[in-house]
Amino acid sequence: MTKRLFVKGNEAVAMAAIEAGCRYYFGYPITPQSDIPEYLSRELPKLNGEFIQAESEIASINMLLGASATGVRAMTSSSSPGISLKQEGISYMAGSELPGVIVNISRSGPGLGGIDASQADYFQSVKGGGHGGYHIIVLAPASVQEMYDLTMLAFDLADIYRMPTMILADSVVGQMKEALIANKRPVRDLPAKDWAVRGKGGGEQRVVKSLYLGDGELEAHNWKLHAKYQALKEQEVRWEEYETAGAELLVTAFGSTARIAKTAIMMAREAGLKVGLLRPITLFPFPEKALLEQTKTCKKVLVMELNAGQMVEDVRLSVARDAEVSFYGRPPGAGSLPTPEELLEQIRKHL
Amino acid sequence: MQQVFKRPTSLKDVQTHFCSGCHHGTIHRLVAEAIDKYGVQERTIGVASVGCSVFLYGYFDIDVVEAPHGRASAVATGVKRAKPENFVFTYQGDGDLAAIGTAEIIHAANRGEDITVFFVNNTTYGMTGGQMAPTTLVGQKTSTSPYGRNKAKDGAPVRMAELLAQLEGVAFSARVAVNSPKNLIDAKKQIQKAFQYQVEGKGFSFIEVLSACPTNWGMNPLAANERVGTEMIDYFKLGVFKNL
Repeated sequence: MTKRLFVKGNEAVAMAAIEAGCRYYFGYPITPQSDIPEYLSRELPKLNGEFIQAESEIASINMLLGASATGVRAMTSSSSPGISLKQEGISYMAGSELPGVIVNISRSGPGLGGIDASQADYFQSVKGGGHGGYHIIVLAPASVQEMYDLTMLAFDLADIYRMPTMILADSVVGQMKEALIANKRPVRDLPAKDWAVRGKGGGEQRVVKSLYLGDGELEAHNWKLHAKYQALKEQEVRWEEYETAGAELLVTAFGSTARIAKTAIMMAREAGLKVGLLRPITLFPFPEKALLEQTKTCKKVLVMELNAGQMVEDVRLSVARDAEVSFYGRPPGAGSLPTPEELLEQIRKHL
Repeated sequence: MQQVFKRPTSLKDVQTHFCSGCHHGTIHRLVAEAIDKYGVQERTIGVASVGCSVFLYGYFDIDVVEAPHGRASAVATGVKRAKPENFVFTYQGDGDLAAIGTAEIIHAANRGEDITVFFVNNTTYGMTGGQMAPTTLVGQKTSTSPYGRNKAKDGAPVRMAELLAQLEGVAFSARVAVNSPKNLIDAKKQIQKAFQYQVEGKGFSFIEVLSACPTNWGMNPLAANERVGTEMIDYFKLGVFKNL
Protein backbone atom coordinates (compact mmCIF):
# COMPACT_ATOMS: atom_id res chain seq x y z
CA MET A 1 0.00 0.00 0.00
CA THR A 2 1.25 3.46 -0.82
CA LYS A 3 2.12 5.30 2.33
CA ARG A 4 0.76 8.80 2.77
CA LEU A 5 2.89 11.17 4.79
CA PHE A 6 1.97 14.50 6.35
CA VAL A 7 4.97 16.78 5.93
CA LYS A 8 6.08 20.34 5.27
CA GLY A 9 6.96 21.45 1.75
CA ASN A 10 10.55 22.07 2.80
CA GLU A 11 10.82 18.56 4.22
CA ALA A 12 9.41 17.16 0.98
CA VAL A 13 12.25 18.86 -0.92
CA ALA A 14 14.84 17.30 1.39
CA MET A 15 13.22 13.85 1.20
CA ALA A 16 13.03 14.01 -2.59
CA ALA A 17 16.69 15.03 -2.83
CA ILE A 18 17.68 11.91 -0.90
CA GLU A 19 15.38 9.72 -3.01
CA ALA A 20 16.93 11.24 -6.15
CA GLY A 21 20.36 10.10 -4.97
CA CYS A 22 21.67 13.43 -3.72
CA ARG A 23 24.20 12.80 -0.95
CA TYR A 24 25.91 16.20 -0.84
CA TYR A 25 24.34 19.33 0.57
CA PHE A 26 25.97 22.71 1.20
CA GLY A 27 24.02 25.57 2.79
CA TYR A 28 23.71 28.43 5.19
CA PRO A 29 20.83 29.17 7.58
CA ILE A 30 18.11 31.58 6.44
CA THR A 31 14.38 31.78 7.09
CA PRO A 32 12.07 30.35 5.73
CA GLN A 33 14.08 27.43 4.32
CA SER A 34 16.05 26.19 7.33
CA ASP A 35 13.97 22.99 7.58
CA ILE A 36 15.87 21.76 4.51
CA PRO A 37 19.42 21.96 5.98
CA GLU A 38 18.08 20.78 9.35
CA TYR A 39 16.56 17.68 7.78
CA LEU A 40 19.61 16.90 5.66
CA SER A 41 22.10 17.52 8.50
CA ARG A 42 20.26 14.74 10.31
CA GLU A 43 19.74 12.31 7.43
CA LEU A 44 22.78 12.62 5.13
CA PRO A 45 25.37 11.33 7.63
CA LYS A 46 23.28 8.15 8.02
CA LEU A 47 23.70 7.59 4.26
CA ASN A 48 27.46 8.28 4.22
CA GLY A 49 26.68 11.61 2.62
CA GLU A 50 28.20 15.00 3.35
CA PHE A 51 26.45 17.97 4.92
CA ILE A 52 28.37 21.23 5.26
CA GLN A 53 27.03 24.35 6.90
CA ALA A 54 29.24 26.75 4.99
CA GLU A 55 30.56 30.12 6.12
CA SER A 56 28.39 31.89 3.57
CA GLU A 57 25.99 31.44 0.67
CA ILE A 58 28.93 32.22 -1.61
CA ALA A 59 30.98 29.36 -0.19
CA SER A 60 28.03 26.95 -0.30
CA ILE A 61 27.29 27.51 -4.01
CA ASN A 62 31.00 27.04 -4.75
CA MET A 63 31.08 23.79 -2.77
CA LEU A 64 28.13 22.73 -4.91
CA LEU A 65 30.14 23.71 -8.00
CA GLY A 66 33.08 21.58 -6.84
CA ALA A 67 30.98 18.55 -5.91
CA SER A 68 28.96 18.74 -9.15
CA ALA A 69 32.20 18.91 -11.14
CA THR A 70 33.03 15.42 -9.85
CA GLY A 71 29.73 14.10 -11.22
CA VAL A 72 27.81 13.52 -7.98
CA ARG A 73 24.29 14.80 -7.35
CA ALA A 74 24.43 17.79 -5.01
CA MET A 75 22.16 20.56 -3.76
CA THR A 76 22.04 23.89 -1.97
CA SER A 77 19.06 25.83 -0.70
CA SER A 78 18.44 29.35 0.51
CA SER A 79 16.01 32.23 0.43
CA SER A 80 16.07 35.43 -1.60
CA PRO A 81 18.95 37.46 -0.04
CA GLY A 82 21.05 34.30 0.07
CA ILE A 83 20.14 33.45 -3.51
CA SER A 84 21.45 36.88 -4.54
CA LEU A 85 24.80 35.92 -3.03
CA LYS A 86 24.79 32.66 -4.95
CA GLN A 87 24.33 34.34 -8.33
CA GLU A 88 28.07 34.55 -9.03
CA GLY A 89 28.43 30.80 -8.55
CA ILE A 90 25.27 30.06 -10.55
CA SER A 91 26.68 32.06 -13.48
CA TYR A 92 29.94 30.07 -13.29
CA MET A 93 28.00 26.80 -13.10
CA ALA A 94 25.92 27.81 -16.11
CA GLY A 95 29.09 28.75 -17.99
CA SER A 96 30.83 25.53 -16.95
CA GLU A 97 27.72 23.45 -17.87
CA LEU A 98 27.44 21.99 -14.40
CA PRO A 99 24.28 20.36 -13.09
CA GLY A 100 23.23 21.07 -9.51
CA VAL A 101 19.97 21.86 -7.74
CA ILE A 102 19.37 25.22 -6.08
CA VAL A 103 16.24 25.71 -3.97
CA ASN A 104 14.88 29.20 -3.37
CA ILE A 105 12.15 29.38 -0.72
CA SER A 106 11.79 33.03 -1.54
CA ARG A 107 10.93 35.83 0.83
CA SER A 108 10.10 39.48 0.36
CA GLY A 109 12.56 42.17 -0.60
CA PRO A 110 14.31 44.20 -1.82
CA GLY A 111 17.24 44.16 0.58
CA LEU A 112 16.49 42.49 3.88
CA GLY A 113 12.78 42.99 3.12
CA GLY A 114 10.82 40.60 5.28
CA ILE A 115 10.25 36.90 5.76
CA ASP A 116 6.74 36.56 4.38
CA ALA A 117 5.80 34.91 1.10
CA SER A 118 6.74 36.66 -2.11
CA GLN A 119 7.09 35.93 -5.80
CA ALA A 120 9.35 38.91 -6.43
CA ASP A 121 12.32 36.72 -7.44
CA TYR A 122 10.68 35.72 -10.74
CA PHE A 123 12.84 38.02 -12.86
CA GLN A 124 16.03 37.05 -11.01
CA SER A 125 15.28 33.35 -11.50
CA VAL A 126 14.18 33.20 -15.12
CA LYS A 127 16.19 36.01 -16.70
CA GLY A 128 19.62 34.79 -15.64
CA GLY A 129 20.19 36.37 -12.22
CA GLY A 130 23.95 36.63 -12.54
CA HIS A 131 26.17 38.11 -15.23
CA GLY A 132 26.75 36.97 -18.77
CA GLY A 133 23.39 36.15 -20.38
CA TYR A 134 22.42 32.59 -19.48
CA HIS A 135 19.35 30.69 -18.32
CA ILE A 136 18.79 28.03 -15.70
CA ILE A 137 15.84 25.65 -15.52
CA VAL A 138 13.24 27.02 -13.09
CA LEU A 139 10.49 24.85 -11.60
CA ALA A 140 7.62 26.35 -9.59
CA PRO A 141 5.83 23.88 -7.28
CA ALA A 142 2.40 24.78 -5.91
CA SER A 143 1.91 21.97 -3.40
CA VAL A 144 3.87 19.76 -1.03
CA GLN A 145 3.48 16.86 -3.48
CA GLU A 146 4.97 19.02 -6.23
CA MET A 147 7.82 20.11 -3.96
CA TYR A 148 8.71 16.44 -3.85
CA ASP A 149 8.04 15.50 -7.46
CA LEU A 150 9.66 18.58 -9.00
CA THR A 151 12.75 18.27 -6.82
CA MET A 152 13.28 14.77 -8.22
CA LEU A 153 12.65 16.08 -11.72
CA ALA A 154 15.10 18.92 -11.08
CA PHE A 155 17.96 16.46 -10.52
CA ASP A 156 17.14 14.61 -13.75
CA LEU A 157 16.80 17.78 -15.85
CA ALA A 158 20.03 19.17 -14.38
CA ASP A 159 21.90 16.01 -15.38
CA ILE A 160 20.29 15.67 -18.82
CA TYR A 161 20.89 19.27 -19.85
CA ARG A 162 24.02 19.86 -17.72
CA MET A 163 22.48 22.99 -16.26
CA PRO A 164 21.86 24.41 -12.79
CA THR A 165 18.18 23.86 -11.96
CA MET A 166 16.18 25.91 -9.50
CA ILE A 167 13.14 25.13 -7.41
CA LEU A 168 11.39 28.48 -6.92
CA ALA A 169 8.79 28.39 -4.16
CA ASP A 170 7.86 30.60 -1.23
CA SER A 171 7.10 30.21 2.47
CA VAL A 172 3.47 29.28 1.75
CA VAL A 173 4.54 26.16 -0.16
CA GLY A 174 7.67 25.62 1.94
CA GLN A 175 6.09 25.87 5.37
CA MET A 176 2.63 24.36 4.88
CA LYS A 177 1.94 20.72 5.69
CA GLU A 178 0.02 18.53 3.28
CA ALA A 179 -0.38 14.89 2.44
CA LEU A 180 2.52 13.50 0.45
CA ILE A 181 2.94 10.28 -1.44
CA ALA A 182 6.69 9.79 -1.53
CA ASN A 183 7.04 8.24 -4.98
CA LYS A 184 10.10 6.32 -6.01
CA ARG A 185 12.49 7.95 -8.39
CA PRO A 186 11.14 7.89 -11.93
CA VAL A 187 13.44 6.06 -14.31
CA ARG A 188 14.73 8.32 -17.00
CA ASP A 189 17.64 7.78 -19.35
CA LEU A 190 20.50 9.85 -18.04
CA PRO A 191 23.61 10.63 -20.06
CA ALA A 192 26.97 9.37 -18.79
CA LYS A 193 28.95 12.09 -17.04
CA ASP A 194 31.99 11.71 -19.26
CA TRP A 195 32.96 15.31 -18.55
CA ALA A 196 33.33 15.02 -14.76
CA VAL A 197 36.75 15.35 -13.14
CA ARG A 198 37.87 12.13 -11.47
CA GLY A 199 41.67 12.17 -11.43
CA LYS A 200 42.51 11.22 -14.99
CA GLY A 201 43.67 7.69 -14.17
CA GLY A 202 45.45 7.18 -17.47
CA GLY A 203 42.63 8.72 -19.50
CA GLU A 204 42.38 12.11 -21.17
CA GLN A 205 42.66 15.28 -19.10
CA ARG A 206 39.27 16.73 -18.14
CA VAL A 207 38.81 20.40 -17.36
CA VAL A 208 35.62 21.99 -16.01
CA LYS A 209 35.79 25.69 -16.87
CA SER A 210 33.97 28.74 -18.15
CA LEU A 211 36.96 30.72 -19.48
CA TYR A 212 37.23 30.77 -23.28
CA LEU A 213 39.85 33.12 -24.66
CA GLY A 214 40.63 31.53 -28.03
CA ASP A 215 39.39 33.17 -31.20
CA GLY A 216 35.66 32.42 -31.58
CA GLU A 217 35.64 29.90 -28.70
CA LEU A 218 33.36 31.85 -26.40
CA GLU A 219 30.85 32.68 -29.12
CA ALA A 220 30.66 29.01 -30.08
CA HIS A 221 30.26 28.08 -26.41
CA ASN A 222 27.42 30.58 -26.00
CA TRP A 223 25.63 29.28 -29.09
CA LYS A 224 25.91 25.80 -27.62
CA LEU A 225 24.27 27.01 -24.40
CA HIS A 226 21.61 28.82 -26.43
CA ALA A 227 20.82 25.62 -28.33
CA LYS A 228 20.12 23.91 -24.99
CA TYR A 229 17.66 26.66 -24.06
CA GLN A 230 15.87 26.08 -27.37
CA ALA A 231 15.81 22.32 -26.76
CA LEU A 232 14.28 22.92 -23.32
CA LYS A 233 11.53 25.02 -24.92
CA GLU A 234 10.77 22.13 -27.27
CA GLN A 235 11.01 19.25 -24.82
CA GLU A 236 10.53 20.23 -21.21
CA VAL A 237 7.76 22.80 -20.90
CA ARG A 238 5.27 21.88 -18.19
CA TRP A 239 2.05 23.56 -17.18
CA GLU A 240 -1.37 22.79 -15.73
CA GLU A 241 -4.69 23.74 -17.29
CA TYR A 242 -7.78 23.89 -15.12
CA GLU A 243 -11.30 24.58 -16.43
CA THR A 244 -9.94 26.17 -19.60
CA ALA A 245 -12.56 24.63 -21.91
CA GLY A 246 -14.86 27.40 -23.08
CA ALA A 247 -13.24 29.93 -20.78
CA GLU A 248 -13.77 33.60 -21.59
CA LEU A 249 -11.14 34.68 -19.08
CA LEU A 250 -7.85 32.86 -18.60
CA VAL A 251 -6.17 33.39 -15.24
CA THR A 252 -2.42 32.78 -15.24
CA ALA A 253 -0.55 32.37 -11.98
CA PHE A 254 2.26 30.21 -10.59
CA GLY A 255 3.14 28.63 -7.25
CA SER A 256 1.24 29.65 -4.13
CA THR A 257 -0.79 32.32 -5.96
CA ALA A 258 -2.03 29.70 -8.41
CA ARG A 259 -3.38 27.69 -5.46
CA ILE A 260 -5.43 30.65 -4.25
CA ALA A 261 -6.47 31.49 -7.82
CA LYS A 262 -7.71 27.92 -8.28
CA THR A 263 -10.04 28.26 -5.30
CA ALA A 264 -11.28 31.57 -6.70
CA ILE A 265 -11.93 29.88 -10.05
CA MET A 266 -13.88 27.07 -8.37
CA MET A 267 -16.05 29.72 -6.73
CA ALA A 268 -16.40 31.56 -10.07
CA ARG A 269 -17.42 28.38 -11.91
CA GLU A 270 -20.05 27.68 -9.24
CA ALA A 271 -21.38 31.15 -9.92
CA GLY A 272 -21.54 30.31 -13.64
CA LEU A 273 -18.57 32.44 -14.70
CA LYS A 274 -16.53 31.07 -17.63
CA VAL A 275 -13.04 31.28 -16.27
CA GLY A 276 -10.06 28.92 -16.39
CA LEU A 277 -6.49 28.70 -15.15
CA LEU A 278 -3.20 28.17 -16.91
CA ARG A 279 -0.49 27.54 -14.33
CA PRO A 280 3.11 27.49 -15.59
CA ILE A 281 5.05 24.75 -13.76
CA THR A 282 8.29 25.40 -15.62
CA LEU A 283 8.98 29.15 -15.46
CA PHE A 284 11.98 28.60 -17.70
CA PRO A 285 11.24 27.18 -20.22
CA PHE A 286 8.03 29.22 -20.14
CA PRO A 287 4.79 27.75 -21.59
CA GLU A 288 4.74 30.22 -24.49
CA LYS A 289 2.99 27.91 -26.96
CA ALA A 290 0.30 26.85 -24.49
CA LEU A 291 -0.55 30.49 -23.84
CA LEU A 292 -0.64 31.24 -27.54
CA GLU A 293 -2.91 28.25 -28.12
CA GLN A 294 -5.33 29.25 -25.34
CA THR A 295 -5.50 32.87 -26.44
CA LYS A 296 -6.47 31.95 -29.99
CA THR A 297 -9.97 31.53 -28.54
CA CYS A 298 -9.88 33.12 -25.09
CA LYS A 299 -9.08 36.79 -25.60
CA LYS A 300 -8.87 37.95 -22.01
CA VAL A 301 -5.97 37.03 -19.74
CA LEU A 302 -5.60 38.02 -16.11
CA VAL A 303 -2.17 37.46 -14.59
CA MET A 304 -2.03 37.19 -10.81
CA GLU A 305 1.26 37.39 -8.93
CA LEU A 306 2.53 38.09 -5.44
CA ASN A 307 4.65 40.94 -6.74
CA ALA A 308 4.09 44.18 -8.65
CA GLY A 309 4.13 42.48 -12.07
CA GLN A 310 6.90 40.26 -13.41
CA MET A 311 5.66 37.08 -15.10
CA VAL A 312 3.03 39.27 -16.78
CA GLU A 313 5.78 40.44 -19.14
CA ASP A 314 6.42 36.90 -20.36
CA VAL A 315 2.67 36.32 -20.69
CA ARG A 316 2.37 39.45 -22.87
CA LEU A 317 5.18 38.16 -25.09
CA SER A 318 3.47 34.78 -25.46
CA VAL A 319 -0.24 35.45 -26.07
CA ALA A 320 -2.05 35.94 -29.39
CA ARG A 321 -1.62 39.51 -30.66
CA ASP A 322 -5.26 40.46 -30.13
CA ALA A 323 -5.47 39.10 -26.58
CA GLU A 324 -5.90 41.59 -23.76
CA VAL A 325 -3.60 41.00 -20.76
CA SER A 326 -4.41 42.49 -17.35
CA PHE A 327 -2.51 42.21 -14.11
CA TYR A 328 -3.47 41.90 -10.49
CA GLY A 329 -0.87 41.58 -7.78
CA ARG A 330 0.67 43.10 -4.75
CA PRO A 331 4.29 43.76 -3.97
CA PRO A 332 5.77 41.82 -1.05
CA GLY A 333 4.79 42.90 2.43
CA ALA A 334 3.23 41.57 5.60
CA GLY A 335 -0.31 40.40 5.07
CA SER A 336 -0.21 40.75 1.30
CA LEU A 337 -1.34 37.19 0.62
CA PRO A 338 -4.61 37.57 -1.32
CA THR A 339 -7.81 35.74 -0.32
CA PRO A 340 -9.86 33.70 -2.83
CA GLU A 341 -12.67 36.27 -2.41
CA GLU A 342 -10.28 39.06 -3.36
CA LEU A 343 -9.20 37.20 -6.52
CA LEU A 344 -12.84 36.33 -7.34
CA GLU A 345 -13.65 40.02 -7.25
CA GLN A 346 -10.84 40.63 -9.77
CA ILE A 347 -12.16 37.83 -11.98
CA ARG A 348 -15.63 39.43 -11.98
CA LYS A 349 -14.08 42.81 -12.79
CA HIS A 350 -12.18 41.50 -15.81
CA LEU A 351 -14.83 39.22 -17.32
CA MET B 1 74.36 8.60 -21.15
CA GLN B 2 72.28 9.10 -18.03
CA GLN B 3 69.60 11.79 -18.08
CA VAL B 4 69.80 13.79 -14.86
CA PHE B 5 67.24 16.54 -15.53
CA LYS B 6 63.90 16.29 -17.33
CA ARG B 7 60.40 17.69 -17.46
CA PRO B 8 58.17 16.21 -14.72
CA THR B 9 55.65 13.71 -16.14
CA SER B 10 52.70 15.73 -14.80
CA LEU B 11 53.75 18.85 -16.72
CA LYS B 12 52.79 19.20 -20.38
CA ASP B 13 55.36 19.91 -23.08
CA VAL B 14 54.07 23.41 -23.87
CA GLN B 15 55.50 26.88 -24.24
CA THR B 16 55.10 29.17 -21.21
CA HIS B 17 52.96 32.30 -21.38
CA PHE B 18 54.34 33.71 -18.13
CA CYS B 19 56.50 36.85 -18.34
CA SER B 20 60.26 36.44 -18.17
CA GLY B 21 61.44 36.39 -14.59
CA CYS B 22 58.03 35.37 -13.25
CA HIS B 23 58.27 32.62 -10.64
CA HIS B 24 55.04 30.81 -11.57
CA GLY B 25 56.92 28.51 -13.94
CA THR B 26 59.38 27.46 -11.22
CA ILE B 27 56.57 26.93 -8.70
CA HIS B 28 54.59 24.89 -11.28
CA ARG B 29 57.63 22.70 -11.67
CA LEU B 30 58.01 22.14 -7.93
CA VAL B 31 54.35 21.21 -7.59
CA ALA B 32 54.63 18.86 -10.59
CA GLU B 33 57.72 17.21 -9.10
CA ALA B 34 55.80 16.58 -5.89
CA ILE B 35 52.88 15.08 -7.86
CA ASP B 36 55.34 12.78 -9.61
CA LYS B 37 57.18 11.89 -6.40
CA TYR B 38 54.04 10.72 -4.65
CA GLY B 39 52.70 9.08 -7.83
CA VAL B 40 49.33 10.83 -7.54
CA GLN B 41 49.00 12.31 -11.05
CA GLU B 42 46.28 9.81 -11.98
CA ARG B 43 44.14 10.73 -8.99
CA THR B 44 44.90 14.45 -8.66
CA ILE B 45 42.24 17.11 -9.16
CA GLY B 46 43.57 20.66 -9.26
CA VAL B 47 41.45 23.73 -8.59
CA ALA B 48 42.47 26.77 -10.60
CA SER B 49 41.81 30.29 -9.36
CA VAL B 50 41.38 33.63 -11.11
CA GLY B 51 44.52 35.54 -12.01
CA CYS B 52 47.68 34.55 -13.88
CA SER B 53 47.32 31.16 -12.17
CA VAL B 54 44.08 30.31 -14.02
CA PHE B 55 45.93 28.58 -16.85
CA LEU B 56 46.95 25.73 -14.57
CA TYR B 57 45.23 23.23 -16.85
CA GLY B 58 47.35 24.41 -19.76
CA TYR B 59 50.51 23.28 -17.99
CA PHE B 60 49.54 20.39 -15.72
CA ASP B 61 48.42 17.13 -17.25
CA ILE B 62 45.79 16.52 -14.57
CA ASP B 63 42.04 17.04 -14.18
CA VAL B 64 41.19 20.62 -13.21
CA VAL B 65 38.14 22.57 -12.03
CA GLU B 66 38.21 26.31 -12.56
CA ALA B 67 36.87 28.28 -9.57
CA PRO B 68 35.37 31.77 -9.44
CA HIS B 69 37.64 34.51 -8.06
CA GLY B 70 38.57 33.74 -4.47
CA ARG B 71 36.42 30.62 -4.19
CA ALA B 72 39.02 27.94 -4.93
CA SER B 73 39.12 26.52 -1.40
CA ALA B 74 35.30 26.28 -1.28
CA VAL B 75 35.30 24.53 -4.68
CA ALA B 76 38.10 22.22 -3.48
CA THR B 77 36.02 21.46 -0.38
CA GLY B 78 33.16 20.28 -2.61
CA VAL B 79 35.54 18.22 -4.76
CA LYS B 80 37.31 16.58 -1.82
CA ARG B 81 34.12 15.78 0.12
CA ALA B 82 32.68 14.11 -2.98
CA LYS B 83 35.96 12.37 -3.88
CA PRO B 84 37.92 11.76 -0.66
CA GLU B 85 40.16 9.24 -2.43
CA ASN B 86 41.46 11.92 -4.80
CA PHE B 87 44.39 14.23 -4.19
CA VAL B 88 43.03 17.80 -4.29
CA PHE B 89 44.97 21.05 -4.36
CA THR B 90 44.28 24.70 -5.09
CA TYR B 91 46.74 27.16 -6.60
CA GLN B 92 45.85 30.75 -5.81
CA GLY B 93 47.37 34.21 -6.00
CA ASP B 94 47.39 36.86 -3.27
CA GLY B 95 44.41 38.90 -4.51
CA ASP B 96 42.42 35.72 -4.93
CA LEU B 97 43.25 34.07 -1.60
CA ALA B 98 44.01 36.95 0.77
CA ALA B 99 41.45 39.55 -0.39
CA ILE B 100 38.30 38.34 -2.13
CA GLY B 101 38.69 34.75 -0.91
CA THR B 102 39.59 35.43 2.73
CA ALA B 103 36.41 33.94 4.16
CA GLU B 104 36.70 30.80 2.03
CA ILE B 105 40.35 30.11 2.87
CA ILE B 106 39.94 30.72 6.61
CA HIS B 107 36.93 28.45 6.90
CA ALA B 108 38.31 25.68 4.69
CA ALA B 109 41.43 25.77 6.88
CA ASN B 110 39.41 25.90 10.07
CA ARG B 111 37.34 22.88 9.02
CA GLY B 112 40.63 21.11 8.44
CA GLU B 113 39.67 20.14 4.89
CA ASP B 114 42.07 17.48 3.69
CA ILE B 115 43.40 19.58 0.81
CA THR B 116 46.69 21.30 -0.06
CA VAL B 117 46.74 25.01 -0.86
CA PHE B 118 49.50 26.70 -2.85
CA PHE B 119 49.47 30.43 -2.26
CA VAL B 120 51.59 32.46 -4.65
CA ASN B 121 52.38 35.84 -3.10
CA ASN B 122 53.87 38.41 -5.48
CA THR B 123 52.55 41.51 -3.64
CA THR B 124 50.35 42.57 -6.54
CA TYR B 125 47.39 41.75 -8.80
CA GLY B 126 49.36 40.44 -11.76
CA MET B 127 46.79 39.68 -14.41
CA THR B 128 44.81 42.91 -14.03
CA GLY B 129 47.93 45.01 -14.40
CA GLY B 130 49.63 45.50 -11.06
CA GLN B 131 47.11 46.93 -8.64
CA MET B 132 47.56 46.99 -4.85
CA ALA B 133 47.10 43.58 -3.23
CA PRO B 134 46.50 42.67 0.43
CA THR B 135 50.18 41.66 0.46
CA THR B 136 51.57 44.83 -1.16
CA LEU B 137 54.35 46.10 1.08
CA VAL B 138 54.01 49.41 2.91
CA GLY B 139 55.31 52.16 0.66
CA GLN B 140 55.15 49.97 -2.46
CA LYS B 141 53.84 51.85 -5.48
CA THR B 142 51.27 50.08 -7.62
CA SER B 143 48.76 51.29 -10.21
CA THR B 144 46.17 51.83 -7.44
CA SER B 145 48.61 52.97 -4.75
CA PRO B 146 50.52 55.54 -6.84
CA TYR B 147 51.84 57.24 -3.68
CA GLY B 148 52.83 53.94 -2.09
CA ARG B 149 50.81 51.70 0.22
CA ASN B 150 49.74 53.80 3.18
CA LYS B 151 49.60 51.73 6.36
CA ALA B 152 47.26 54.21 8.06
CA LYS B 153 44.69 53.89 5.28
CA ASP B 154 45.34 50.57 3.58
CA GLY B 155 46.52 48.55 6.57
CA ALA B 156 49.66 46.46 6.71
CA PRO B 157 50.27 43.53 4.36
CA VAL B 158 48.60 40.30 5.49
CA ARG B 159 50.82 37.41 6.56
CA MET B 160 48.66 34.46 5.57
CA ALA B 161 50.98 31.60 6.55
CA GLU B 162 51.21 32.88 10.15
CA LEU B 163 47.50 33.75 10.28
CA LEU B 164 46.33 30.32 9.14
CA ALA B 165 48.80 28.56 11.43
CA GLN B 166 46.69 29.80 14.37
CA LEU B 167 43.73 27.66 13.30
CA GLU B 168 43.35 24.21 14.81
CA GLY B 169 42.30 22.67 11.51
CA VAL B 170 45.65 23.49 9.89
CA ALA B 171 48.17 20.64 9.98
CA PHE B 172 50.96 22.32 8.08
CA SER B 173 51.73 25.93 7.21
CA ALA B 174 54.96 27.26 5.75
CA ARG B 175 56.36 30.12 3.71
CA VAL B 176 59.05 29.49 1.13
CA ALA B 177 60.77 31.36 -1.71
CA VAL B 178 62.35 30.29 -4.99
CA ASN B 179 64.71 33.23 -5.49
CA SER B 180 67.98 31.38 -4.76
CA PRO B 181 69.22 27.79 -5.09
CA LYS B 182 69.22 27.45 -1.29
CA ASN B 183 65.65 28.71 -0.93
CA LEU B 184 64.52 26.66 -3.92
CA ILE B 185 65.83 23.43 -2.42
CA ASP B 186 64.03 24.20 0.83
CA ALA B 187 60.86 25.16 -1.08
CA LYS B 188 60.94 21.81 -2.86
CA LYS B 189 61.25 20.03 0.50
CA GLN B 190 58.36 21.92 2.11
CA ILE B 191 56.09 21.54 -0.93
CA GLN B 192 56.67 17.82 -0.85
CA LYS B 193 55.93 17.79 2.86
CA ALA B 194 52.64 19.61 2.21
CA PHE B 195 51.77 16.87 -0.29
CA GLN B 196 52.72 14.17 2.17
CA TYR B 197 50.30 15.59 4.74
CA GLN B 198 47.40 15.03 2.36
CA VAL B 199 48.64 11.69 1.10
CA GLU B 200 48.69 10.57 4.74
CA GLY B 201 45.30 12.18 5.42
CA LYS B 202 46.62 14.52 8.12
CA GLY B 203 44.51 17.52 7.16
CA PHE B 204 44.80 20.97 5.70
CA SER B 205 48.26 21.96 4.42
CA PHE B 206 49.25 25.43 3.29
CA ILE B 207 52.34 26.63 1.44
CA GLU B 208 52.94 30.31 0.74
CA VAL B 209 55.49 30.85 -2.01
CA LEU B 210 57.02 34.29 -2.51
CA SER B 211 57.15 35.13 -6.17
CA ALA B 212 58.55 37.83 -8.43
CA CYS B 213 56.39 39.83 -10.82
CA PRO B 214 58.96 41.81 -12.84
CA THR B 215 56.42 43.20 -15.31
CA ASN B 216 54.16 44.78 -12.71
CA TRP B 217 57.00 45.77 -10.41
CA GLY B 218 58.61 47.66 -13.29
CA MET B 219 61.86 45.75 -12.82
CA ASN B 220 64.05 43.50 -14.92
CA PRO B 221 64.00 39.80 -13.91
CA LEU B 222 67.25 39.99 -11.97
CA ALA B 223 66.22 43.06 -9.97
CA ALA B 224 62.82 41.51 -9.28
CA ASN B 225 64.45 38.30 -8.06
CA GLU B 226 66.70 40.43 -5.88
CA ARG B 227 63.67 42.20 -4.37
CA VAL B 228 62.19 38.86 -3.26
CA GLY B 229 65.37 38.13 -1.34
CA THR B 230 65.54 41.52 0.34
CA GLU B 231 62.30 43.52 0.79
CA MET B 232 59.89 40.60 0.62
CA ILE B 233 61.71 38.13 2.84
CA ASP B 234 62.37 40.93 5.28
CA TYR B 235 58.62 41.29 5.90
CA PHE B 236 57.39 37.83 4.90
CA LYS B 237 59.76 35.65 6.93
CA LEU B 238 60.46 32.21 5.57
CA GLY B 239 59.78 29.27 7.80
CA VAL B 240 57.43 26.55 8.98
CA PHE B 241 54.73 27.97 11.22
CA LYS B 242 52.76 24.80 11.87
CA ASN B 243 53.87 21.22 11.57
CA LEU B 244 51.61 18.75 13.33
